Amino acid sequence: MKILVCISHVPDTTSKINFVNGDSEFDTNGVQYVINPNDEFGLTRAIWFQEQQGAKITVVNVGGVDTEPTLRKALAIGADDAIRVNANPTDGFFVAKQLAEVVKNGNYDLVICGKESLDYNGGMVPGMLAALLNYNFVNAVTDIKVEGDQTKVARDIDGGKEIVATALPLVIGGQKGIVEEKDLRIPNMRGIMTARTKPLSVVEPVDATQTTQAVKFEKPAPKSAVKMISADNLDELISLLHNEAKVI
Amino acid sequence: MSILLYAESAEGKLKKVAFELSSYAKKVAETLGTTVTAVTINCNNNAELSKYGTDKVVKIINPSLNDFNAKAYADAIKQVAQKENSQVILLSSTTDSLYLAPLVSVALQAGYASNVVSLPLAINPFQVKRTAFSNKAFNITEINTEVKVLSISKNSFGIVENNTSLTEEDFTPNLNQEDFAVKTEAVEKATGKVTIADADIVVSGGRGMKGPENWHIIEDLANTLGAATACSKPVSDIGWRPHSEHVGQTGKPVASNLYIAVGISGAIQHIAGINSSKVKVVINTDPEAPFFKVADYGIVGDALEVVPQLTEKLKAFKAQNH
Repeated sequence: MKILVCISHVPDTTSKINFVNGDSEFDTNGVQYVINPNDEFGLTRAIWFQEQQGAKITVVNVGGVDTEPTLRKALAIGADDAIRVNANPTDGFFVAKQLAEVVKNGNYDLVICGKESLDYNGGMVPGMLAALLNYNFVNAVTDIKVEGDQTKVARDIDGGKEIVATALPLVIGGQKGIVEEKDLRIPNMRGIMTARTKPLSVVEPVDATQTTQAVKFEKPAPKSAVKMISADNLDELISLLHNEAKVI
Repeated sequence: MSILLYAESAEGKLKKVAFELSSYAKKVAETLGTTVTAVTINCNNNAELSKYGTDKVVKIINPSLNDFNAKAYADAIKQVAQKENSQVILLSSTTDSLYLAPLVSVALQAGYASNVVSLPLAINPFQVKRTAFSNKAFNITEINTEVKVLSISKNSFGIVENNTSLTEEDFTPNLNQEDFAVKTEAVEKATGKVTIADADIVVSGGRGMKGPENWHIIEDLANTLGAATACSKPVSDIGWRPHSEHVGQTGKPVASNLYIAVGISGAIQHIAGINSSKVKVVINTDPEAPFFKVADYGIVGDALEVVPQLTEKLKAFKAQNH
């Protein structure tokens, strides 16, 4: 089985979010980048398929040369090779178009994306990619098993989960649950050393229309100070929630 | 031309998010000088949509759509959008609608914006405000295509009454076998429980609850308020509660009217996931807990003592006020 894991290069989840150039661009100053957490869960599941079922794993990212350390980290965790599509990821549709091209050229059976990236939170790339390829698609995936070309997939639904059956080729939007937090792997020294010599190929983007454009950013308005209420005066809290906040 | 919304239903009953979407659609339709059409799937009781601005319902009844199926649903919605010549297609932010939206957008060659929290800021060029960076910022997005797909964040617009006279018509979409290549085998869903996605109030517990054996305290408070229960990431990681209850940046987002955080210190990732909630109450033993900085109301105290008292007082309050 050939697996493609799509990796987003995103600010670490603890990053302070600021903007520059008249609030039109994200301020990268002092920001640490990581593999998008939803993608890392998917990558870890892919490693399981590699170890248990002999799958071969390629990781791919759409981004500039500055995103290569994130791809190297994925290689250090255990991916076999990497592809970087040399383009600025302008919007979800543009990224999906680039990934579709990579999938067509590489004939992957299973494409694992995270259900959303933690920077733009668009949540659109996996579905658009599947639609462009006419592959089967399951989103918000919390478990996947593959036997031959048949798959059983669990997906998160509001208030529970659903088990679906489908066939490869398949695109999934993965999330926590596909592996647990404790299953995530920290690259060891051997992994880091071998990652340096694993193939990382750079491909040029294909033409794609940009359907949307992020024109400006805003930070939320500062919050008014918290009202502290004594633990001995819970009636006051109830009264505030009823009369002031009007939520009960 | 019209605005099209997908009005979600469960077991033949429209969901509340459908009414919010209809209210939003009405407002956009007024700006554009057009009408609101809703598409429903396997739902016979659509009259209530007329209270919230929908002018016309396109009703699809098809037993093969009894189980949610993203591809088939997206195909059906696309066909309605084409038939109605819809320029703006509105979806909610439920798990199912977020699954559908990118498929609908590719099928219609439409630009798509998710997590939308405002009415269009401008029509030409078409701009909306959406949340980004996991609720730590907003992002003004321009959609350049003729047809636009938006998914609207829950509770960002609210439900607004606007009576219309509703017309209903049946529609039979042309579905093919390929649409059903993903088959539902089982649905595991707690019955009679309010889900985090539907809830107006969410009560969430953290490590301050000291162990899973104390969770009945959270559940009692939630039941009293008709709320959903949730938990912090450490609590789901150590297995006190299932993942489905984990809220935060890597868990479920919460956009409730009231979020009550019990024994949760307020890691930046947790706050990011719940920050869209309107009113936040924090109960924590540590007066320095970072959560108090983003809270509206705070109580310093031991959850195991404070919460049962709060529940009793709320029961009395509810008994008096209802």
